Amino acid sequence: MSEVPIRVLVAKPGLDGHDRGAKVIARALRDAGMDVIYTGIGQTPHMIVEAALQEDVDVVGLSILSGAHMTLLPKVSTQLREAGLGHCVIVAGGIIPAEDSALLTSQYGIDAIYGPGTNTDEIVAFIRATVAARRATS
Amino acid sequence: MNDATVQQLATDVRRGDRRALARALTLIERGGAPVRSLRQALSGYGVGSLVGITGAPGAGKSSLTTVITQELRQRGMQVGIIAVDPSSPLSGGSLLGDRIRMYDLAGDSGVFIRSMANRGQYGGLAATTLDAAMLMRAAGFGMVLLETVGAGQSDVAVVDVADTVLLVEAPGMGDEVQSIKAGLLEVADVIVVSKSDRADAPATLQQLRALIRMQMDADDVWSVPVLPVSAVQHTGVAGVVDALVGHAQWLQTHPATWRQQRRQLLSLQRALESQLRDAVQQLPGWTTALTQLGQRDSDALARQLLEEFVVSGFTKE
Repeated sequence: MSEVPIRVLVAKPGLDGHDRGAKVIARALRDAGMDVIYTGIGQTPHMIVEAALQEDVDVVGLSILSGAHMTLLPKVSTQLREAGLGHCVIVAGGIIPAEDSALLTSQYGIDAIYGPGTNTDEIVAFIRATVAARRATS
Repeated sequence: MNDATVQQLATDVRRGDRRALARALTLIERGGAPVRSLRQALSGYGVGSLVGITGAPGAGKSSLTTVITQELRQRGMQVGIIAVDPSSPLSGGSLLGDRIRMYDLAGDSGVFIRSMANRGQYGGLAATTLDAAMLMRAAGFGMVLLETVGAGQSDVAVVDVADTVLLVEAPGMGDEVQSIKAGLLEVADVIVVSKSDRADAPATLQQLRALIRMQMDADDVWSVPVLPVSAVQHTGVAGVVDALVGHAQWLQTHPATWRQQRRQLLSLQRALESQLRDAVQQLPGWTTALTQLGQRDSDALARQLLEEFVVSGFTKE
């Protein structure tokens, strides 16, 4: 019996088409030995949750630059819990102001938020540590 | 995971519980004893057929998978999709992007898509995908589509697990590609010329039909249809689905003896490779060999490991 790689869903919720950041993250996570399922742009919260369920991922990574993060991210987080996927680590990235970040992580179930210029090693380390902790308790 | 949990999971899969199906698929990727329990609990359930979709990279496999699924959904069938992409040989990770082109299927509760990395293993993938298809059938999916990586050895192995092999050829690929594909042409049950809206599609269609006619020689042989399809214009899709359903029905009345024998042989070869590899990797010499990577020839290292295996014999796990 072998340990499967950490499975990560990378999605862009909402309507912005700027996916460079999401692709950089997807590649960095793949290079860190993870299985990355990339869904692309234009995803509704329902589509993201369905994909996370079918793919049985450990992590949902959301990239959002449109400014709609206070609407879309809480929706994804809530719907994941409703679908029985509360164990999923939710990581978000994009243009998200500090006060919104604080609210999203403290009240809306987002585990971490990374802005532009973040070192990908930091994200990899966070995902590894958090997934290991959640796998141990499940 | 204990056996009672696995049994409960199997029961939930049979009820069509999507979360249970997803978890069972992960279990299968992990391998080991729970997989054997799952196999025992679920084999024989479900009647759906497994269609392997293969073809060169860029031939249009993902787009075809999407339109075939839409057509099957219109006919009231539930569809499971297993989309295989290559693993990175360096990191062991993977970037699985088939969902991008299956955008139109997202959110349909009658469709279940699972992306899988091939882990660079020839035999391992075939076993895993076969188990994954078994799970999807048990969960009630009338047809399971297996989309392959599109090239290399693992693709041939995947083709061998499918009930129906659908080969996708893009137009204008020329004679050289046809000869490379000779092996696949022989095992294809349905051949599709994709992008049939393109001007050079009729010529490709004609060439392939001529090739196939040369191979036909008996009444009890399935006559391989060569069909044009355009995913963009959504033409020819119904014909392809008719052919897939037709082949599944044909298999019910015609036991495909040579292919069954070939599959059984391949299954034995896979089991042999996997058990031999596992056994050799338990030898003390394996650790030593890993430290000599790049310094010594791989063939010589492998030979030395095999000799050590023969001397030390088989240790049960």
